[in-house]
Amino acid sequence: MFKLIKDTLLSQAVTLWGVFRKLFVKADTVQYPDEPPYMFPRWRGRIILSRDPDGEERCVACNLCAVACPVDCIALQKTETEDGRWYPEFFRINFSRCIMCGFCEEACPTNAIQLTPDFEMAEYERQDMVWEKEDLLIDGVGKYHDYNFYRVAGKQVAGKDKGEALNEAQPVDVRSLLP
Amino acid sequence: MFSFAVGSALSIASILLVVVALAAMLIWVERRLLGFWQERLGPNRVGWFGILQVVADMIKIFTKEDWVPPFADKFTFVLAPAIIMIVVLMSFAVIPFTPEVGVIDSNVGVLFVLAMASLGAYSVMLGGLSSNNKYALLGSLRAAAQMVSYEVFMGISLLGVVVLSGSFNLREIVETQADGWYILPQCIGFLIFLIAGVAESHRLPFDIPEAEQEICAGYHTEYSGMKFGMFFVGEYLGLVLISSLITVLFFGGWLGPAFLPPIVWFSLKAGVFIAFFILMRAALPRPRYDQLMSYGWLFLLPLSLVNLLITGAVVLGTM
Repeated sequence: MFKLIKDTLLSQAVTLWGVFRKLFVKADTVQYPDEPPYMFPRWRGRIILSRDPDGEERCVACNLCAVACPVDCIALQKTETEDGRWYPEFFRINFSRCIMCGFCEEACPTNAIQLTPDFEMAEYERQDMVWEKEDLLIDGVGKYHDYNFYRVAGKQVAGKDKGEALNEAQPVDVRSLLP
Repeated sequence: MFSFAVGSALSIASILLVVVALAAMLIWVERRLLGFWQERLGPNRVGWFGILQVVADMIKIFTKEDWVPPFADKFTFVLAPAIIMIVVLMSFAVIPFTPEVGVIDSNVGVLFVLAMASLGAYSVMLGGLSSNNKYALLGSLRAAAQMVSYEVFMGISLLGVVVLSGSFNLREIVETQADGWYILPQCIGFLIFLIAGVAESHRLPFDIPEAEQEICAGYHTEYSGMKFGMFFVGEYLGLVLISSLITVLFFGGWLGPAFLPPIVWFSLKAGVFIAFFILMRAALPRPRYDQLMSYGWLFLLPLSLVNLLITGAVVLGTM
């Protein structure tokens, strides 16, 4: 008899009290449009193309992002400047396909393509979800402040010959016997 | 005619309006309170603190397609939601809100309420049966099983109050509580009636006939638009009715210290019970319907009989 009362009434009363106490607990709700939520810096949101510290495009149009993309939402065409730098002639991301997986950022050898914490990208027209290079390119360096591909890479461009990059030794002359 | 008195047109009209408006408002109140109890905010967008959510819900429900499925029994299908509104509103006729406000002074008020409550079960059963849908049929089956298990001890649990006050008239029951509410001598009767009241108004934890997680929406699976709205408002009306009844029978109705008018005392007491019903919905899980039946027949029915026996013995002994 006592056990029956304990099991039925007491445990129910304890539950009721436990739920009633929640009236005085601050709600977990974040009222989103009024109250912007904290977005973590590594959040994988809207994709951007960054520039190097000199203000040049970082993207060298190597196509690795387009290859890595599991939904094939990146399209680009490589072209070159007269001084030998590679850059994309067009760079197009179809955000209606993009799944924000971040594989392109991982694949990028020059830290050009990066994902940002912005996620408010809704559009009324599907065609507006396709972003061109002008929309993607930003004026800043993104997450990597000092990185400049052409300064550290062995690639030869106008004004920087072989062996002149940072931390790069002069090329070895394999035909010479001098030490 | 234009002053408050029992049975005056003003009394009747204001009871009808206030009660139906209150039942509609409860949709918002319940969602808001449930939100707070689940550490959320609940609807707070439309109007001040979301109070116009009711209007938005009403516009939505009125403009929805009012569809009768081709396989349903049309007459019964349309009749069922009307029954629940009618019987619950009829029950309010005998509730004494204040010394002046009320519809009739029936000398069988308690019996009238119990009779109307039993008729309310037909609404659920017919609604489920006429829908010609398996889930709806299961829901009405459960409603019938639930009704036979709670109706009996619901009536008997009230007899203790009737014995103490010596009257079936709800107004006289309130007046005899001037020197002490019946919650103290009838605390067991109160608990039993509370449980039966939850089952009567098909509220969680005893919303076995609709049990959304198990059988879709139970008896109103096939209902849409305003017919569904009538079931919905009928449920809230039932909630207000049970809370008012508990107030009248066990907590002295409009009686209270004179610094507040009687209607405020009545609303306060009833409001506490409405909030308690919502709290139960937020907190308690639903039993199986055979568990409710065995609990009702094997535990609550004997308990209410013992309660009646002891009350009767005490009243006879002190006469």
